[in-house]
Amino acid sequence: MFEKVLLRNIEIPNSHEIGVYENAGGYKSLATVLNNYKPNDLIDTVKESKLRGRGGAGFPTGMKWSFVPKDTKKTPLLCCNADEGEPGTFKDRALMEKDPHMMLEGIVIAAYAIGAKICYIYIRGEYELSINRVENAIKEAYAKGYLGSDILGSGFGLDVYIHRGAGAYICGEETALLESIEGRRAQPKLKPPFPAVEGLYGCPTVINNVETFACLPHIIERGPDWFKNIGPKESPGPKLYCLSGQVKRPGLYELPMGISIRELVENYGGGSCSGKIKAVIPGGVSAPMFPENQLDIGLDFNSLAAAGSMLGSAGVIVLDDTTCIVQVITRITEFFNHESCGKCTPCREGLDWSAKILLRIEAGEGKHEDLERLDSLCNTIFGNSFCALGVGASWALQATLKHFRDEFVQHIEEGKCPFH
Amino acid sequence: MPGNLREQIELITDRYPNRRSAIMPALFLAQKQHGYLSGEVQAQVAGILDVPEIWVFELATFYTMFHTEPIGTFHIQVCTNVSCLLRRADNLLKFLENRLQIKTGETTEDGRFSLSSVECLGACDKAPALMVNQDYFENQDEDKIDQILDRLSAMGMNVSRDK
Repeated sequence: MFEKVLLRNIEIPNSHEIGVYENAGGYKSLATVLNNYKPNDLIDTVKESKLRGRGGAGFPTGMKWSFVPKDTKKTPLLCCNADEGEPGTFKDRALMEKDPHMMLEGIVIAAYAIGAKICYIYIRGEYELSINRVENAIKEAYAKGYLGSDILGSGFGLDVYIHRGAGAYICGEETALLESIEGRRAQPKLKPPFPAVEGLYGCPTVINNVETFACLPHIIERGPDWFKNIGPKESPGPKLYCLSGQVKRPGLYELPMGISIRELVENYGGGSCSGKIKAVIPGGVSAPMFPENQLDIGLDFNSLAAAGSMLGSAGVIVLDDTTCIVQVITRITEFFNHESCGKCTPCREGLDWSAKILLRIEAGEGKHEDLERLDSLCNTIFGNSFCALGVGASWALQATLKHFRDEFVQHIEEGKCPFH
Repeated sequence: MPGNLREQIELITDRYPNRRSAIMPALFLAQKQHGYLSGEVQAQVAGILDVPEIWVFELATFYTMFHTEPIGTFHIQVCTNVSCLLRRADNLLKFLENRLQIKTGETTEDGRFSLSSVECLGACDKAPALMVNQDYFENQDEDKIDQILDRLSAMGMNVSRDK
C-alpha cells in the first residue's frame, strides 16, 4: 500500500480548517524554509527533487523558477493555476475543497524562492466551494501569520488574492490566464517573452499548478531524495490520478508516478464496467487514447510521451467495448471547437470543419474521403497556432483515426452508428 | 444586497495595480445584483471603474458564465463532456428537455428554468453531473432530477439568482 502524502488529510473531518492542517504537521515546512533556506538553496532543493509541473506540460519546477531574472527591477509575481478544466480532471478541486492549506503553504514557499510579494490564485468560476474554501484558508493564514507583511517574523511578506475565472477552458493556458487577470479576453500570446521574464503586468511571473504547490511542503519535510526515489527517475514523485468513465470504481487515486494504465484501471478501478476495455485516455481529452493492447505503458511524463501521448492532467478515462469511439472523439472535437479562443485561423476554422465532418460520420452520412480530409485537417491545425489547444485537439483526433479506423469505416459503410 | 454596487466594486480594485483587472470580478458582482449583464449594466460597470465600455463588453461576451441575456431563476447546466457522456448524460438532457418543455439553450416561459449543456464540471468520478446555479448535483439519474425539479418548483419565485 502506497503511503498517501498529497491526500493524507482528506479523510480527517474538517480537513480544510487550519487547525486540522497544523495538527497534521502543516506549516512546519514553511517555518523550516524561512529559518534555514536562502531562496537559491530552495530552488536547488526543488531542482534536486526533480519535481515536474502537475498542470499538464510537466516542465521542471525548479528550472522554471530559476528563469526569473535575478537583476530585475520589477518585483516578480506568482500565480497559481487553479483553472482546472481539462475534461476528465478533478484533482485540484479535491485539493482546494479538502486541503487548501497544503496548496497555500506551497504557495508561500514558492513565493519565497522567487522573491514574489503578491500571488494571484486563478480558480475556475464554477468551483464555488473551492473558491470559498481557499478564501477562508487565506483569512486563516493571515490571522496565524503565515501570510501578510512579516511572515513568522522572518521579514518576508506575501499577499494572496483569488481571481475568479468565468468559464473559459483556454484560461488554463498560462499566457491566456495572465491576459484574463489583466482584464482582457483570454487569448494566448506568442512566446517568447516567457512569463518568467515578462509576464503579468510586465513583471517576471511564475505560474504553477495547485498540485505542484501541494508537493512542495513534503519535499521540504522529507527531502528531495525521498521525492525523486518515488517512481521513474526522470518523472518522479507521488501523483494524483483522476479515474473516470466506464470503470467500476471511479475516483481520485494517489499513487507513485509510473504505475501502468492497466494497473490503475484493473487493480484500483476494479476494471471496466462491461469487463472489456476498448481504449483508455491517459491524461485528459487532449491526450491521444490507447487501444486495449497498449495499456502496460507507465503513467508518467516520459513513458507516455515516448508512446505518443502525454500524462497531461492525469485525467484517465476508461472506454469499454460498449463505447462508440466515433461518438467520443466527435464530442471531444466539439469541445475543442467550442473552447478555441478564435485567434489563430488553423485552430478556429480547422476544428469547426473537423467537428462538422465527424458529426456527419456519426450520423451515418460520412464518405470514405472524409477520413483523408480529417487527417489533412489535423496536419494543418497541428503546430500552426500560438498555444497547445489545437495541438491537443488534432493530436487526439489523428491518433483515434489511426487506432480505430475500422470503426469509422464501419459507420461510413453501414450508413449508421453501429452502437446507437 | 449588502452595500451598493459601486462600494462593492471599489473594494476589489485594491487587489490589482490597475482598474481593468477588476472588470471580471465587477461583472460577477453586477450579475449577482441584476441577474444578467444588459448593455445598461455593462455601461454602469464601465462608469464605476472608469474604463472604456468596450473593455467591459469584450469580457461580458467572451466568458460563458456571464449572461448578456436574461436567464432563468434556476439555471440547470448539464455536463455533456466525455466522462458524463459515457454515463448517459445525453439521456438526462433529453429527459430535462421533456420535463421542462424547452430545448437546450432555452428558458421556460415563466422565466424560472434555463437549460444548458456545459463542458466538463470537474465531477467526472461522480458522473453524470449537473449544476443548478452554483450548486453541484452528482451521480444523477432521472429519479433524482425529478426530485430536484419538484423541490425547485415548490420554491417561491423570489429566490435569489446565482446564489
